[in-house]
Amino acid sequence: MSATGIGASVRRKEDVRFLTGAGQYVDDITRPGQAFAVFLRSPHAHALIKSISTAKAAKMPGVAAIFTGKDIAADDLGGLICGWMVTDKAGQPMKTPGHPLLAIDTVRYVGDHVAVVIADTQEQAMVAAEAIDVVYDAKPALVNPADAMKATAPQVHSDVPQNLIYDWELGDRAAVDAAFKTAHHVTKVDLINNRLIPNAMEPRAALGEYDRGSDSFTLYTTSQNPHVHRLVMSAFIKIAPETKLRVIAPDVGGGFGSKIFIYAEECVSLWASKKVGRPVKWTAGRGEAFLSDAHGRDHVTHAELALDKNGKFLAFKVDTIANFGAYLSTFSSAVPSYLYGTLLAGQYATPAIHVSVKGVVTHTAPVDAYRGAGRPEATYVIERIVEEAARDLKMDPAELRRRNFIAPDKFPYQTPVALEYDSGNYAGALDKALVMADYAGFATRKAAAAKQGKMRGIGFAAYIEACGIAPSKVVGSLGAGVGLYESAEVRFNATGGVTIFTGSHSHGQGHETTFAQLAVERLGVLIDSVEVIHGDTGRIPFGMGTYGSRSLAVGGSAIVKAMDKIVAKGRKIVAHMMEASEDDIEYDGGTYRIKGTDKQMTMAEVAFAAYVPHKIPTDEIEPGLDESAFYDPKNFTFPFGTHICEVEIDPATGVTRIVKFTAVDDFGEIINPMIVAGQVHGGIAQGVGQALLEGAIYDPVTGQLVTGSFMDYTMPRADDLPNYDTAHTITPCPHNPLGVKGCGEAGAIAAPAAVMNAVTDALGRHIDMPATPMRVWQAINKSAPARAA
Amino acid sequence: VSMTVNGKATSVAVEARTLLVEYLRENLRLTGTHVGCDTTQCGACTVHIDGKAVKSCTILAVQCEGAKVTTIEGLAQGDKLHPMQESFKEHHGLQCGFCTPGMVMAGIDIRRRHPNASEETVRHELEGNICRCTGYHNIVKAIMHAKM
Repeated sequence: MSATGIGASVRRKEDVRFLTGAGQYVDDITRPGQAFAVFLRSPHAHALIKSISTAKAAKMPGVAAIFTGKDIAADDLGGLICGWMVTDKAGQPMKTPGHPLLAIDTVRYVGDHVAVVIADTQEQAMVAAEAIDVVYDAKPALVNPADAMKATAPQVHSDVPQNLIYDWELGDRAAVDAAFKTAHHVTKVDLINNRLIPNAMEPRAALGEYDRGSDSFTLYTTSQNPHVHRLVMSAFIKIAPETKLRVIAPDVGGGFGSKIFIYAEECVSLWASKKVGRPVKWTAGRGEAFLSDAHGRDHVTHAELALDKNGKFLAFKVDTIANFGAYLSTFSSAVPSYLYGTLLAGQYATPAIHVSVKGVVTHTAPVDAYRGAGRPEATYVIERIVEEAARDLKMDPAELRRRNFIAPDKFPYQTPVALEYDSGNYAGALDKALVMADYAGFATRKAAAAKQGKMRGIGFAAYIEACGIAPSKVVGSLGAGVGLYESAEVRFNATGGVTIFTGSHSHGQGHETTFAQLAVERLGVLIDSVEVIHGDTGRIPFGMGTYGSRSLAVGGSAIVKAMDKIVAKGRKIVAHMMEASEDDIEYDGGTYRIKGTDKQMTMAEVAFAAYVPHKIPTDEIEPGLDESAFYDPKNFTFPFGTHICEVEIDPATGVTRIVKFTAVDDFGEIINPMIVAGQVHGGIAQGVGQALLEGAIYDPVTGQLVTGSFMDYTMPRADDLPNYDTAHTITPCPHNPLGVKGCGEAGAIAAPAAVMNAVTDALGRHIDMPATPMRVWQAINKSAPARAA
Repeated sequence: VSMTVNGKATSVAVEARTLLVEYLRENLRLTGTHVGCDTTQCGACTVHIDGKAVKSCTILAVQCEGAKVTTIEGLAQGDKLHPMQESFKEHHGLQCGFCTPGMVMAGIDIRRRHPNASEETVRHELEGNICRCTGYHNIVKAIMHAKM
């Protein structure tokens, strides 16, 4: 292994820029003459707009323009779309209520966009926005998804009866029912998967600019997938054709899913830049981010697991209500269906599984993919019920899991819920985690803690995820509006440096380093001579972007494919230069050697020869050394692992302290272990946040977001969290060239279940997330219901 | 208002309500200092005023009259990173980089006040700085082990 190639913990190339304040985030960019946009947002969860008067505001200092939904409609712009058409269990397409860029006659959540003010300064725009006079007719709001289908529930959209977007199912219900009749034992759980607010530290921002000379637009925006932004803005919003629209996502300060989606603000800011003839910048305040970023999770679930007398799982059935919020965000419909239902086999050989999901709309902010997206929800259901089953049967929870694991010799394994797992060794990860967590010593530690008046608990999460999303043909057959390949271009420069253009986008993942390590390994160049370019539709051929832990498995595979083309072309060049047969040329790590001789050429020499083609026949071999590739994955990848959490609860205060968190993950081959560990840490922190601290709360009557700031919504802080003990097993992915799977979401997928299994173990009863000190204390003192409100 | 920023004298006429962070980002174009919230919770805007870590979103520029202000741009000596910057790189204490300037500035002040800070001390002192990427594990290590 070279010091900077595959497998090395190379320190990140991008760090110096971030550490010296030289990063360029959207809000750091200033364009000449730029104006500022401020959105007037609905103060009501549900109201009819009777009138909007902008006359007074328009005369205020610095105001360049004010636009409302009528102006958008007058320009024939399209509305925001949901890009995944899910078919319900009756074979009917899901409901697709309209989502205007600015509200026309109704507002449907607190924070819904009503108007935009463009002014010389942000302060002027804010002051003018407050002077817009909107007359609302407030209506009753629907907040709780469990109430959405009741006859008395307010209707969110007139074309969505019962507020039901779809009633979706997967699996064989008859087989499940039959198996339940033979069960020795049935474990039942009712779970709430709490609603989360992503809170990337950089608030969303957009800077739109129209150039009259070229009749084209440039949009700088906080996006995880700038090409998808361009595609949607061109094809559906109809701001400009793709040839006239460049989308740049420069340094982006975290995403976690929330910056995948196409939002109203960037569309309106871009469109308005032509209307006012000036660049238009919009930067969200944190309060706006709370109100209007797509939220995550928000499921209400009942599940039942049937077991035989030996603890073997016979069948599993799950009924879930999933909250979409007021409108269907870009990929929302896929999250509680194909990214959730298909994962419900977990690591287990359960023969029959059925899941039913009712996706509903409510008067709350849209809900879409948030780190893990469907898979944390699935893992939480599976791993909570398995843990409860072990308690019901008085079995060791590790042993119950082991007894039901899909055995290593059963792969590829077809689950009853559509996926075909390609590889796995679940007991391997469990065993390693048991040793690291000193599971054998837990009883002693629990007794010692009890002597101190503390309650100890231990909990497991043996998770699986489906990453590397995904084969285009498969997702197309399931209703996706796009293909989910990735593109790359690898350019050897004449003087030997390599530029990699990737359609993946880095917003914390360290692609500039990891992808450069691929070039070191495959092309034999120095890491400092590799430049990775991402996030610009003007420079990169195409891209589907970064989400679902797909950047290395799909984006990295595209890069490797382009590198393979470089190496193949180099071989032809070497054959001519050295007058050798291509078959006699060996290639390894940047050097071509003629078998049986001491003759060799380095890749740098080949590149020079390609760009100064004096000695190669250019009628047979084109000059230059620049190749592009698109890679469409053959299957999902299936990372897995076991996380074990040990907690200690102080019954006097209800405070839960994590005393040890162990994570053993199998991500296949690892390019940069340091970066992978960092990804796991961050995922666990978000998972612990969900389990112990975080929860978006809307007032059940008014629909006001109660947790609308960092003062009210509990973000995990340094002293809330433990150190994490991480390790790996390595089961290479069999179907991509690097044998990699993806590591970005594992922590957020596994941690909530591991933490809550530990908390409920300590308490001896179920409580819902987040297990705040108040809720834990109430559970200990049995003074209040354990269920969430 | 006049103040020394990163060793250079600056003097700009500003509205009285101008916050220090606005002065730095908009008047001086020092955009390394970030704004991550509107309630003084996240700490992304942390700078040093006369050597002490202060959230620049919660102090007016005029309150800094005559002060010596250091921002993330002012730490490195040419190409040589400050030991705290070096330690963040070595320990992978940053991912997206957005909270990083505030973390580094806060980290320096923590070590100034607690030269041999324990992990517990660092975690407690970091209460006013939020990171969503790293889970803090490596930030805490970086602050503890910076060769200051």
